[in-house]
Amino acid sequence: MSLTLENVSKVVGGATHIHKTDLTLNPGTMNVLLGPTSSGKTSLMRLMAGLDQPTTGRILWKDEDVTGQRVQDRKVAMVYQQFINYPSMSVYDNIASPLRLLKLDKSEIDRRVREAAELMQLTPQIDRKPLELSGGQQQRCALARALVKNAGLVLLDEPLANLDYKLREELRAEIPKIFERSGSIFVYATTEPEEALLLGGHCATLWEGRVTQFGPTPSVYRRPVDATTARVFSDPPMNFVDVEKRGAMLRFGKGAEVPAAALGGDLADGTYKVGFRPNHLSLEGGEDTLTFDTTLIVTEITGSETFVHLDHEGQRWVGLVHGVRHLEPDQPLRVHLHPRHVYLFGESGRLVQPAPYAEAA
Amino acid sequence: MAKITLQGLAHSYLETPTSPEDFALQELNHDWTDGEAYALLGPSGCGKSTLLNIISGLLIPSHGRVLFDGKDVTHLSTADRNIAQVFQFPVVYDTMTMRENLAFPLKNRGLAASEINARVERIGRMIDMTDVLDRRAAGLTADAKQKISLGRGMVRDDVNALLFDEPLTVIDPHMKWELRTQLKKLHHEFGHTMIYVTHDQTEALTFADKVVVMYDGRVVQIGTPDELFERPAHTFVGYFIGSPGMNLFDAEVQGRTAGIGGAEIDLGEGYRPGPGATKIGVRPEYIRLGQTGIPARVTRVEDVGRHKIVRLDAGGTQVAAIVGEGAPVPDGGTHIVFAPGGVNVYENEWRVVPEGGEAPLGAGREAA
Repeated sequence: MSLTLENVSKVVGGATHIHKTDLTLNPGTMNVLLGPTSSGKTSLMRLMAGLDQPTTGRILWKDEDVTGQRVQDRKVAMVYQQFINYPSMSVYDNIASPLRLLKLDKSEIDRRVREAAELMQLTPQIDRKPLELSGGQQQRCALARALVKNAGLVLLDEPLANLDYKLREELRAEIPKIFERSGSIFVYATTEPEEALLLGGHCATLWEGRVTQFGPTPSVYRRPVDATTARVFSDPPMNFVDVEKRGAMLRFGKGAEVPAAALGGDLADGTYKVGFRPNHLSLEGGEDTLTFDTTLIVTEITGSETFVHLDHEGQRWVGLVHGVRHLEPDQPLRVHLHPRHVYLFGESGRLVQPAPYAEAA
Repeated sequence: MAKITLQGLAHSYLETPTSPEDFALQELNHDWTDGEAYALLGPSGCGKSTLLNIISGLLIPSHGRVLFDGKDVTHLSTADRNIAQVFQFPVVYDTMTMRENLAFPLKNRGLAASEINARVERIGRMIDMTDVLDRRAAGLTADAKQKISLGRGMVRDDVNALLFDEPLTVIDPHMKWELRTQLKKLHHEFGHTMIYVTHDQTEALTFADKVVVMYDGRVVQIGTPDELFERPAHTFVGYFIGSPGMNLFDAEVQGRTAGIGGAEIDLGEGYRPGPGATKIGVRPEYIRLGQTGIPARVTRVEDVGRHKIVRLDAGGTQVAAIVGEGAPVPDGGTHIVFAPGGVNVYENEWRVVPEGGEAPLGAGREAA
């Protein structure tokens, strides 16, 4: 049972919330919608769920047109950022509530509730009220209610955003295991690139109401089709610098000139944008590395790594380097980058040449 | 700016607490050094908000005193403590423009218009909103409003302390970087005493000079990010800091040797733990996969982009190891080895100091 969006768009009061989108989600897959706040993740989910009508296009559920069908009549479950549970009901009754609406018989309800509770590790808390649970348990209760329906489509809208970091880490590891067993289509919205990578599956990157790329999550990360996708799928943000190719030479910004052969390929003369990830920047040079003179704005130490915030000719860069580096701010800092980690984008932002390391990965 | 002293501070929400469990905040004595940036880090319910509310004056502690530069402020109201606060959700006056919102605390203190203007412009630049300063706050997105709240918190330079309660929760990841850098820069320039409450380890570690880790109403460790990473004082710190957290192995520790399952590990230093249960803790960053060592089986590999997290089963113990982005991962059976200097010993969950004293920090990293 696949879900297909055909030429779907959404315009509200003259403002385009979702630009024309074609997307097919397959059964038994995890599909991450990755993008910043207001990029259209929730709008797209509401269209998928049938909570909103598309302005153009059709929504097909296993080849049947369900555009305009009421959400109540479709097998859809949704979990929001704010955990929604019935406070006066026990965990058991909360999980059972959608099944009771379906008027299933009692033994069937009992079996499915206990199964979902077990999956969510809520069996010991099954008789408690939601307010007697921790935040993580409350959200697991909401997740269990969404799963118990055996809905073919489960939409999770930043479901872990309100949880403690460590709980998020645990649930993130659990969620892919759950969906592997269920066979449903999962759609999971997040603003965090690392969360997208941990969930795996497929990923659609969103920017200003547009799906910029859709594909297997690690490959969208390593082979972004354009600079926008690369920016959305990078935390800390990807670093950029303009380069100009003239004959056999490449000029980076106002400064360094290197032989064009350093970036391989046979580029036409012109202006390009070089993009590279913060973890590929290094404080130690090596053979064949590109060198940049920057000013250190501030360092942040995480205990095992150091973030260096840099100014390169007026542009902000972030580097993530191994080890703890106590460096004085407002000082010049020379940084290095290996050409194999360089993405080349054209003036329009389209990817011209992927980073060689990503091709090898 | 002020030094903040907590003297025999404890708090119970009950009227007549009898046992330690009745306290939301266990007894604490601590000096918050003038001009330092602190993070209060811990899971929900650990007592960090209770502690912050006591410092800000929203809550009067049931036991002990709070001093600002030696002066007892325990019973002073928030307004009388001369502090600035930024909360998790934006507090913005909708009918005012953003400029008026930012200027509000300065106007209240009767600053000259030119001075107010200069500071508002400066803060406006910092939060990257100069071009929209004259718009009304109503109708702004939550993160724009929160930036205004942050800006307003930082606009005064005569406060005793700046208190932040999970201020970046509603901010987009990309903007978080920007704002955190700005906060840090501001701290460098003005040397405010800052206390920043968060459950996010990245925020805590990157923001603070010193991180105060709380667990179950207690402060379990106060240290630099480096110390918390290399030498977690309690297994909880090992678990809570780091992603994934520190691996723990039940071990028999004798002198320089730890017995784990059937394997013997050289600890590099001598230890003499007490009679309690002993464990050794090794961070995923310090676990290597190889041909020799403790036998383990790869159960799952998570590609997080800049590195991979390898999940293993070592004789029933779940272990996480971090390997490089391009590094090969063995399929199925392998062995795990600990990087020298990357091992900590625990007795009853508290860290045991090696007999020869502490090695310089970072020894594990150098070896790794």
